[in-house]
Amino acid sequence: MAQAVVSAPGGAVGDAPPAAFTLPDFQIVPRAGLPIVAVVLALLIAGIAADELWPLEFLHVVGGAAWTIIDLFLGFVLGPIMGKLSMPARIEFTTRLMPKMVLIMPTVVTVTLVAGWQLSTHLGTNLTVNPLHGWVVASFIVVGVMAVIALGLLEPANIAVLAELKKPRPNPAVIERLMKRFIYTAGATGLMQIATLVIMTKLAAG
Amino acid sequence: MSASSPPGERRLPPVTQLGMLSLGLVLVAGIYLSAHLPEHVSLAPAVALLAASALVFTGNVLALARVEGFAWRRFFAVARWAMLAYAVIAGMIEYVFLRNHTSGGPLVVLTLSLLVFAVNVPVLIGFTVARYD
Repeated sequence: MAQAVVSAPGGAVGDAPPAAFTLPDFQIVPRAGLPIVAVVLALLIAGIAADELWPLEFLHVVGGAAWTIIDLFLGFVLGPIMGKLSMPARIEFTTRLMPKMVLIMPTVVTVTLVAGWQLSTHLGTNLTVNPLHGWVVASFIVVGVMAVIALGLLEPANIAVLAELKKPRPNPAVIERLMKRFIYTAGATGLMQIATLVIMTKLAAG
Repeated sequence: MSASSPPGERRLPPVTQLGMLSLGLVLVAGIYLSAHLPEHVSLAPAVALLAASALVFTGNVLALARVEGFAWRRFFAVARWAMLAYAVIAGMIEYVFLRNHTSGGPLVVLTLSLLVFAVNVPVLIGFTVARYD
């Protein structure tokens, strides 16, 4: 269902004549995804309560793999593609991708971090006497830097661009600015995920 | 004016920059504590970082509160739901520390750090949305 109309440059580089286009209807937070998030968080609580190796490994590896791959894919594959799309195509893609990211990323990050801490406690790698402790602390630092970038810039830009697109007359300049911020910060966190891969494979190898 | 504000945009305090600084300080406090738990850890560096983070956060909110004509309705409409989401996330992190018998001073500092985290992110999200209203 059409929800709003945007007047914007027709091309990504702004060399095409201005065009008006209708926006598809969307929810900033897709309510249909909330029960799935609740189930995942319930599994996380159960996994931590059980404190068994397999559920903790499962939650940490699945969550971490999803987090890393999504960041890398968004930063280095989808981000550059989005940057080259025409404004209407970029906006349509945004209204379909970004609401899902609003639910997926915080859930995946929470599962990875919480299960990871419990796994580290279970294995003893969070003890200062453990030879791998330095690598665990390095992972905390990488996650900390990524968290500041993601929570301070990326996620607010994600929500703000969706909120702008929900307005009766969205401002193309604001959307362009927020989208640039989103794409650049996605690239930065994608780059940091390479460090995460190095650390995590070292921890797994022992 | 916010350091990143383009010409012609209304003057706003550097809420995003200060929010990220506050978030960074509280995350360093959390990393410092997490790197030492469950062994004994001196709380002084974590308390100093937490206090600095809370101070920056308070200053940030006060600076924003002085902005005339800011879209507060929009800000709160977004920030309240973000706060609910980040309260759940902070609650999960708190749960894993409780599950591992963290107690006393480290638990108090970690809980307060999570509190600062859980209010900081909604302010950042609410501000970014409301500034364009």
